[in-house]
Amino acid sequence: MDFQVHEHDVIVIGAGGAGLRAAIEASAAGVSVGLVCKSLLGKAHTVMAEGGIAAALANVDNRDNWKVHFADTMRGGQYVNNWRMAQLHAMEAPDRVRELEAWGAVFDRTPDGKILQRNFGGHKYPRLAHVGDRTGLELIRTLQDHGIHKGIQVYMERTVVRLLLDAGRVSGALAYDRERGRFTVFKAKAVILACGGIGKAYKITSNSWECTGDGHTLAYDAGAEWIDMEFVQFHPTGMIWPPSVRGILVTEGVRGEGGVLRNKEGKRFMFGDIPDSYKPQTAKDEEEGFNYVLGDKNANRPPELLTRDHVARCIVREAREGRGSPHGGVFLELQTFAEWYGKKKPGFKAEEHWKKKLPSMYHQFKELGGLDITKEPMEVGPTTHYMMGGVRVDSDTQMSRVPGLFACGECAAGINGANRLGGNSLSDLLVLGKLAGEHAAKFVKAHPAVNTPNDQIEDAAKWALAPFDRPPAENPYQVMHDLQDMMQDLVGIVRKEDEMVRALDGLEKLKARAARCHVAGHREYNPGWHTAIDLHNLLAVSEGITRAAILRKESRGAQFRDDYPTKNTREFGRVNTIQWKAADGSMQIKLEPIAPMPQELKDAIAAEGGGKLPEELV
Amino acid sequence: MGQVTLKVWRGNSESGQFQEYTAEAGEGMVVLDAVHQVQATQAPDLACRWNCKAGKCGSCSAEINGKPRLMCMTRLDDLPPGEVITVEPMRTFPLMKDLVTDVGWNYEVKKQIAPFAPRKADHRDGTWKMHQDDADRVQEFRKCIECYLCQDVCHVLRDHHKHDQFVGPRFLVHLAQVEMNPLDTGDRIADTKNKHGIGYCNITKCCTNVCPEGITITDNAIIPLKERVVDEHYDPVMMLLRLVLPKKKSGQRSAVSGQETHG
Repeated sequence: MDFQVHEHDVIVIGAGGAGLRAAIEASAAGVSVGLVCKSLLGKAHTVMAEGGIAAALANVDNRDNWKVHFADTMRGGQYVNNWRMAQLHAMEAPDRVRELEAWGAVFDRTPDGKILQRNFGGHKYPRLAHVGDRTGLELIRTLQDHGIHKGIQVYMERTVVRLLLDAGRVSGALAYDRERGRFTVFKAKAVILACGGIGKAYKITSNSWECTGDGHTLAYDAGAEWIDMEFVQFHPTGMIWPPSVRGILVTEGVRGEGGVLRNKEGKRFMFGDIPDSYKPQTAKDEEEGFNYVLGDKNANRPPELLTRDHVARCIVREAREGRGSPHGGVFLELQTFAEWYGKKKPGFKAEEHWKKKLPSMYHQFKELGGLDITKEPMEVGPTTHYMMGGVRVDSDTQMSRVPGLFACGECAAGINGANRLGGNSLSDLLVLGKLAGEHAAKFVKAHPAVNTPNDQIEDAAKWALAPFDRPPAENPYQVMHDLQDMMQDLVGIVRKEDEMVRALDGLEKLKARAARCHVAGHREYNPGWHTAIDLHNLLAVSEGITRAAILRKESRGAQFRDDYPTKNTREFGRVNTIQWKAADGSMQIKLEPIAPMPQELKDAIAAEGGGKLPEELV
Repeated sequence: MGQVTLKVWRGNSESGQFQEYTAEAGEGMVVLDAVHQVQATQAPDLACRWNCKAGKCGSCSAEINGKPRLMCMTRLDDLPPGEVITVEPMRTFPLMKDLVTDVGWNYEVKKQIAPFAPRKADHRDGTWKMHQDDADRVQEFRKCIECYLCQDVCHVLRDHHKHDQFVGPRFLVHLAQVEMNPLDTGDRIADTKNKHGIGYCNITKCCTNVCPEGITITDNAIIPLKERVVDEHYDPVMMLLRLVLPKKKSGQRSAVSGQETHG
């Protein structure tokens, strides 16, 4: 077979926020960097991030600092996070945000000309640096425009199908290009995976076609481990009507700016369900919540800004118990806040205010939903949004257990534990992406060259082309739809053992069908073929999620088990699920204890918990 | 809504033709949904780019009933009922396959534009003071999702193929964005005239009309840039003043030239 060959010191796979930041850092260290991405540069899923970047800049509330951000992140993750990653993240996020400004980002400003910060779920103080509700676009464009002048070679619209190994060390990757379907061998001493999430394993998702668990599966197939795969974040507010937009994200910023959730009876149901661990930080009434939105330092946050896992479950409960909106969600409205604020501040122009604060939400609902959010309530419901689980990496270097293989961003895991706070993913991309780039460059300088074995290249290419040679049997689109339906129904927001065991059985059947997928046409820009290849990744991560969710027999963060509806900290509060591929190709799983937390960090958490430590840390 | 008929361009750089497909139209469906339906059920190898399906990434640009638009933001029920919907690739760029064009030229152009170069930080922590009023002007341009529909519709590129002499509206917006950033110290005005070909634009506003982000490309980005070019290169008073005054970046100039801008 014919292969194009490109050689670099470091190959970064994925050009969202994490991949770009990693590439910039590696390149700055003086090594040659190739950046391989599935789409055009600047189109990655990072553009969809809306609300902001969490960093304890303390521009709006000077009581904020990294320790409070760390404690918030750990509480949000229900204490099964990798505490070292959470610490590094909280400490370095402010520098990463300031650096963006030096690279051309233009954030919204405070009245005294500093970077403005907004409220978000689970964050004690206003902490999210933002640009209206299009912060992700600002972040990716800033990194892109900075990165193109830094000598990084970009390979657009190429999908990696397999990592290459030389005696257990990573040595490159095999990819195909969308335009012609030709294969490219990337030779490298180090590979950084920054491939994003797995949302396409589910029917209702805010994720694009790209989010098929590529990084997860490339690492798994190469011998790396997974951690925390049971924790899939269902964002509480996705659009649900009309059907064609179902799943598209409605930013948490809507609630951060005063948006209120109501059921069909008009009741503001979140006030009726505030977890004990959050009671001291939650408003006691509407007045206090709105004062918090306006920046009153003595007020606590409204219950709509509880963590995403909790708000999503409350919405599901309202809908299941018959109090939902006409299309199976609940209402999210801006009118109550506007009316309250209008009384306080004569001359307040609601329409102008919302268009300025939430421009892309206004546009999105107006164009796609035919609805004016400044005047009418939105209908919202949970949507698969973010994968907390992924490639297990070292907290200080982002390297997996495969030498030379690094991971960062959504496909790596550890920092978020059982639930990610909004705003922490953009900061995670920057902080841990930089770390991955820095250490990949160091690795390259310290290690000799490697080979890309021909038999692996031939084998991977043959595997990728197999769907063309099969007789017409299964349509890859249909297999993908059936997988998404099944995961949505059986391993979704509310989980039960018997349903998940059925899902494992279903996955075996889907794997067999995937192996019979046939593709028509040629290799040039053929989405049917691409779907057939992506299926391998989606099936692997779906199995990972299901097996980990079965093993964790408790409810914690994003994992809600109907058959084990409470936390079981004694058995599961101090462990992570770890998965890997055995020599025979089967998926293995175990529970592993979390390393003890240093006293300094425990003190930071206790300081935020009224002097008390949570059960998990005692 | 029943069924809709789509006429979709199928082909590559050598040949091609329209092909008709039908799709079941549901409430709120957009053109991209219909194209996906065709892909999943009738033409699995139909090529189209897309990512976010929410008007935020700018991947699914096409010409729908002859007009440059995003497929994900064009609702079927906004198109004339009962009529065939034509979907074609952007014409200004070389065709790769079906609805996908080679937009690589745009990436090369951007590399030619001098990057943002901030002044020394105002504060010791490496940050700057900037007021929202100043941010507002730049933020409008930074809304751009790089869909290249403005490039597609611009006759300088579309009909006259001046790709080697004119960067097109997208990159005039990009230039405006860096030039008007209050922290920037670079000067791209000479390049804007000589290298980036701003003189080719005769402000017909076609770009502004197709921008899915509603950026006022012509009035807010291109015309002020043209004024800066005129100030710097053709204004006799300025020419004299330049000889005696210390060199300053355009946009941060003295009150004298500030008044000249709208003269």
